[in-house]
Amino acid sequence: MGAPARGARMMETRGIAAPLAAAATDEPAWVRRIVIAVAIAFVGAFVLVPLAAVFAEAFKAGLAAYGRAITDPAALSAVKLTFLAAAIAVPLNVVFGIAASWAIARFRFPGRSILTALIDLPLAVSPVIAGMVFVLLFGKQGLIGPWLTGHGIQVIFALPGIVLATTFVTFPFVARELIPVMEAQGAEEEEAAIVLGATGWQTFLRITLPKIKWGLLFGVVLCTARAMGEFGAVSVVSGHIRGRTNTLPLHVEILYNEYEYQAAFAVASLLVVLALASLVARRIIGRRVEAT
Amino acid sequence: MTIEVRGLTKHFGAFAALDHVSLDVPGGGLVALLGPSGSGKTTLLRILAGLERPDAGTARIDGVDLASQSARQRNVGLVFQHYALFRHLDVYENIAFALRVRRRPRAEVDARVRELLALIQLETFERRLPAQLSGGQRQRVALARALAARPRVLLLDEPFGALDAQVRAELRGWLRRLHDEIHLTTVFVTHDQDEAFEVADRVVVMNRGRVEQIGSPAEVFEQPANDFVMRFLGHVNVLDAELGDGRARIGEVTLAIGGHNGDTRGRVYIRPHDVELTRTPADGAVAAHVVRVTPLSGGLKVDLAVPAIGSRLRCDLDWKRGTALGLRDGDDVFLSLHRARVFATDHGAAS
Repeated sequence: MGAPARGARMMETRGIAAPLAAAATDEPAWVRRIVIAVAIAFVGAFVLVPLAAVFAEAFKAGLAAYGRAITDPAALSAVKLTFLAAAIAVPLNVVFGIAASWAIARFRFPGRSILTALIDLPLAVSPVIAGMVFVLLFGKQGLIGPWLTGHGIQVIFALPGIVLATTFVTFPFVARELIPVMEAQGAEEEEAAIVLGATGWQTFLRITLPKIKWGLLFGVVLCTARAMGEFGAVSVVSGHIRGRTNTLPLHVEILYNEYEYQAAFAVASLLVVLALASLVARRIIGRRVEAT
Repeated sequence: MTIEVRGLTKHFGAFAALDHVSLDVPGGGLVALLGPSGSGKTTLLRILAGLERPDAGTARIDGVDLASQSARQRNVGLVFQHYALFRHLDVYENIAFALRVRRRPRAEVDARVRELLALIQLETFERRLPAQLSGGQRQRVALARALAARPRVLLLDEPFGALDAQVRAELRGWLRRLHDEIHLTTVFVTHDQDEAFEVADRVVVMNRGRVEQIGSPAEVFEQPANDFVMRFLGHVNVLDAELGDGRARIGEVTLAIGGHNGDTRGRVYIRPHDVELTRTPADGAVAAHVVRVTPLSGGLKVDLAVPAIGSRLRCDLDWKRGTALGLRDGDDVFLSLHRARVFATDHGAAS
């Protein structure tokens, strides 16, 4: 007797719930169309048009001119320097990011919240100021600059300064990706590994690293993209010596200031390609991060 | 392998998780740490495994002080409450882990893993990831993983806590049979009295970081050391009484109590199955009113109002007795009380 009555009551509830749910999510058609149109128009005006303009300008004088611009010795040297700076800064930030996120996610120690806040500092501070700090420290009139110069080490207007500035502006990216991943996964599997006889290093390689690898890769992509695109901080410490201390963004600026528009946009298109590649990588890896 | 714990103490801030805990686990024994949450059971287990350091006291396995060994060196099998299986490794590699980190030859690892897969009856699941297993299967994989390196002792933290009732009952029986086969010294933590009684040889009842009583399941149930143990192990009627001359006066009822000579006010504890019901007045019986009869799996639970005591009582009857009495809500009956207990140390007010 009871069962059919209960079934009927459930039907009733569902009957009431359905129109309510529909009313809550279904906006009138004209509202939907306007919202979508605004979004598309905005992305078109601020992303697609400039992007198209870069490539249009880059290829305006034809393929040959484009090829000349990007194979110019100064351009090639800028490409090399950009990759070299990223190749040093990114691994440094991987080590720092893993250490910092491990410390913050696993331990409670005095200064933990300060460390967490400081990791975000490079995102809050203008890159120009970051560059100037390094000039203050390592420049000719700087705090330890003269001592270093005395030992034959030049930091400012040289590769070390560019690497330092790049490392500084990009160090939040890996740590910020890993902290939530590590906090969500907890330490139980690591504890289990230790009790099962693994050393700290074995535990890291066999348990921790596989668990965080997608988050780590995501951080590395963000970090690399920023490292290659960084302008402000690197501009201050580099000295703009063509063929020696110019990275890609700096080279673009120099060409532009010299009214070499076509060449400037050709080199800029390289940066755009790098950015688009990182965008695709982020989409693919981001899905894996969510899945873990 | 014996476990010997002496005066173990551990504080987390101001909270005393363990307060001078001492206990022995005989070699090949299966001991349950039984207590409510926050009683220190898990902390004790984690100290034995080497995941926490005690503030004071010692723990020895086979006479060797554990303080001299890191978690890694102890070779203790630990099964976590939520299993902590390696989510990126399949069943085979989870079980093989302890042998892989010890760099054992491939053939030896394979033989041991296959042996354990057979033991937990998951031979066909070796390539599954933990996320593709049911709760009971994960539990068994966690156990096999803990056993792989032939640990000296096995520690289980709420091993059946996260499973549904039917799987839990099955695994309990399975764990007991497994223990009878391999005779590994085992300590397991539980807050479930039935689980402790069914699986363990000895039960350590813990409360607020202290050991309240150690004994066989029958001992702690039949002769509870204090009111906490009495209350924790099943339902109990608690009655305010005046005590003296080996007697307790509860309202108009006087009961004989064994060998208590203390203060004049106290509490008397009577298990629901020690309340006897009759239809006709027996010697010393008092009138009671049936408030509600509830059928349970083991018999009937009867809630009674007892004017002579000025309180309500719970009475448990087995099916046979319950059917013979034919009780209905609102009936008038007579009851007599048996095996009334009074404890010298009574935490009473704390509960």
